[in-house]
Amino acid sequence: MTPGLTESNRASRSRGFRTARWLLVRLGGSIFVLWAVATLTFFAIRLIPGDPAEAVLGGPGSQASQETLDQVRRDYGLDLPLGIQYLNALGRLLSGDLGTSYALKVPVADLLGAQIGGTLILAFAALTVAWLLALALSLWSTGGGRLAASVGQGIELTSAALPHFWLATVLIAIFSSALGWLPPVSTGGVTGLILPTLTLAIPLAGFLAQVMRETLLDTLDAPFIVSARARGESPTGIRLRHALRHASLPAISLSGWALGYLISGAVVVETIFARPGLGRTLLQAVTLRDVPIVTGVVLLVALVYIVMTIATDAASRLADPRLRRAEATR
Amino acid sequence: MTHILDVDQLTVSFGDTTVVRDLSFAIGQGECVAIVGESGSGKSVTARALLGLAGRDSQVSASMLTLSGRDLARATERDWRGVRGSRVGLVLQDALGSLDPLRPIGREIGDALRLHSRLSAEQARTRVIELLTLVGMPDPERAMSQRSGELSGGLRQRALIAAAIALDPPFLIADEPTTALDVTIQARILDLLASIKDRGTGILLISHDLAVVSAIADRVLVMKDGRFVETGDTRTLLENPREEYTRRLIAAVPTDKPRRTPLVPSETMAPAPKTVPMAVQDASPPVVLSASGLVKTYRAPAGRFRAVDDVSLHLVRGETLGLVGESGSGKTTVARLILALTDADAGDVLLDEEPFSALRERERRPFRRRIGAIYQDSLSSFDPRLTVRRILDDAVALAPPDDRSTVGELLDAVGLPQSVATTRPLYLSGGQRQRVSIARALASRPEILICDEPVSALDVTVQAQVLDLLDRLQAERGLSYLFISHDLGVIRHMSDRVAVMKDGRIVETGHATRVFDDPQHPYTARLIADAPRLAAPR
Repeated sequence: MTPGLTESNRASRSRGFRTARWLLVRLGGSIFVLWAVATLTFFAIRLIPGDPAEAVLGGPGSQASQETLDQVRRDYGLDLPLGIQYLNALGRLLSGDLGTSYALKVPVADLLGAQIGGTLILAFAALTVAWLLALALSLWSTGGGRLAASVGQGIELTSAALPHFWLATVLIAIFSSALGWLPPVSTGGVTGLILPTLTLAIPLAGFLAQVMRETLLDTLDAPFIVSARARGESPTGIRLRHALRHASLPAISLSGWALGYLISGAVVVETIFARPGLGRTLLQAVTLRDVPIVTGVVLLVALVYIVMTIATDAASRLADPRLRRAEATR
Repeated sequence: MTHILDVDQLTVSFGDTTVVRDLSFAIGQGECVAIVGESGSGKSVTARALLGLAGRDSQVSASMLTLSGRDLARATERDWRGVRGSRVGLVLQDALGSLDPLRPIGREIGDALRLHSRLSAEQARTRVIELLTLVGMPDPERAMSQRSGELSGGLRQRALIAAAIALDPPFLIADEPTTALDVTIQARILDLLASIKDRGTGILLISHDLAVVSAIADRVLVMKDGRFVETGDTRTLLENPREEYTRRLIAAVPTDKPRRTPLVPSETMAPAPKTVPMAVQDASPPVVLSASGLVKTYRAPAGRFRAVDDVSLHLVRGETLGLVGESGSGKTTVARLILALTDADAGDVLLDEEPFSALRERERRPFRRRIGAIYQDSLSSFDPRLTVRRILDDAVALAPPDDRSTVGELLDAVGLPQSVATTRPLYLSGGQRQRVSIARALASRPEILICDEPVSALDVTVQAQVLDLLDRLQAERGLSYLFISHDLGVIRHMSDRVAVMKDGRIVETGHATRVFDDPQHPYTARLIADAPRLAAPR
């Protein structure tokens, strides 16, 4: 023990150390995951039938001559052994080069940079709305007696089971075709964002509400709730000050996963609402066998996923001090 | 004496079941009244009803319910909210987490102030520190920002009491406030409650253990099946109990009851052991188990922590070695080391003078059946999907093929009806469950039983039955027990020899009578002084 170092000083130093160690472990893990994703994508794409060289020339319909195909293979390094191709691809990735789109002949990085904004806005809007809906639904269904409980449960189950394409069609039919309140296709403004957001948010809200309601009910039975009521706390106070925080813990940990779910959901939603974004780009790239774009999108989504997982982990540690302590004694 | 609480004909029912019937009692200023009874007698429901917290599906009626002058017999939820916290405080048993684990205790204590007073944030903070000082919390400023999980059981209980008396309510309800606490901490909490009583607060104390309440209660109300069967001032009740039920509660307290005397008067030790226990029979009975120089360290935030530090002990056939100490002293780690469930950093465990802990798990497995174990939380030691029959069958399969008991014999041996075989442990009472776990431990025909706090989660009366059972089985089968408990009364009643453990070390060991009558180590002396006894208030 260093003389003159106070107890709290040591505690805060070791807390800083623990946070740093936690972050380092996380970063190391992320690099490993990105490498694994890049490797898997590289080999998985080779399994898709069809010749990448034809894709460069506009697909099998282009009737390209054998010389042109050979030329393309040489230019793109497709004639080299698979191992060398893999190392080349990895080397390019390490230097930050995602390659050039076969079909569009534009650097993939530029393309994705232009598209990711729209998808992230959509995904985060949907995540926020889903959280708000889930909170409102679970608070209402646990506080309003038996009828509210069963109605709430019904709403959760139904909305969690709704497929995106169906929900999107129904929302368009009601709010665009019948009522004419909102545009059926994305126009770039806020009004255009509402329907796609709801389409993604409603099923997720049903799922989150289910998790929150169960934890809420468990928490409301806990002895510390009796203690709080014995202090004169009102039912609303009990929910806001005690139960809600406990109920949000599992939902926070699920949010990292939820964002991944939203981005894959964006493939469908962006196509239906003709909204520019990663999802639509990915769909087009897969149909055109545009390997660099597919790899780029997959890596980017993996990256978003990783960042989000670390963020939810950090949020859980903030919301639940027990997690930090558990680590300290491990 | 002015009455703080007046209750007349209080009845609580859930649907068609009446759980509390026609209770009438009063509590005066500075008076402590205890309700004592077994689990399920209606004690806790009574306490909750006095706060209007009996539950959503309950019907509560009373011809009179007056709390410091306010008529609450027909109070609305809104009226109750005004009363809770300000006119009456509640202290619950801690074990299940009566403080929100996610909030600092300063906030929890401040809640009552926020709800019922107009103190500024700064004034509230001062008051919280004042309260924490009053309940004897070391370093109150620091404690304010700690959460319940960062505090020990005793400190948590102090924080809970601080929250209950934040507004100096004239009436305090304490429901099993010391259950699951170590004896020394239990004694300090009872001291604290006594000092609150001396300040003029009326206290309603609820417990299953007469010995605990007798230290501070002025009067005792004995409750059974929702009614008071006997009431009276503490001394008279202890010295002259009129009801059979009260006598049973008194007899069940193990403290100061000599070794091998039954704690349940009705249960005659069948068959009465004319045979002297083997420990006495043999001139020099063999040592069945010995452990020497056991050391186990764990990683902790502040460097390595020696949970077990050079512990040596041995067990002779047919005897009980009591291992006593407070929570965190390393008792359970010793049990795990002896069972070779945890690897020791140093030291050896010998079974019949043959190596046991030094073997590889594969070689050790055939010997495992010879040491049985029972734990405090028997429920979590069973697979919830299995019936009692399956649980026992699985254990019987470990016994030598030529020496197997049937499930029926095992149930008989532990005094359970045969019908239990088809049920799952979840549907049994705590006492029955502990009997099943004893039957399971016996099924493999062990010579040694490690009993780790086997009765700490049980009511005193049920505890008495289980202790009697263990005593009888030992006499019948010549078993050796390593009996671990924090409860000195239990240890003294059960042990031939005692080892006292503190901070991972055995500080004193010797024959039970010698250790208890003439403790050599100051720690032992303190433990003995703090053990709850049947005696009227000091």
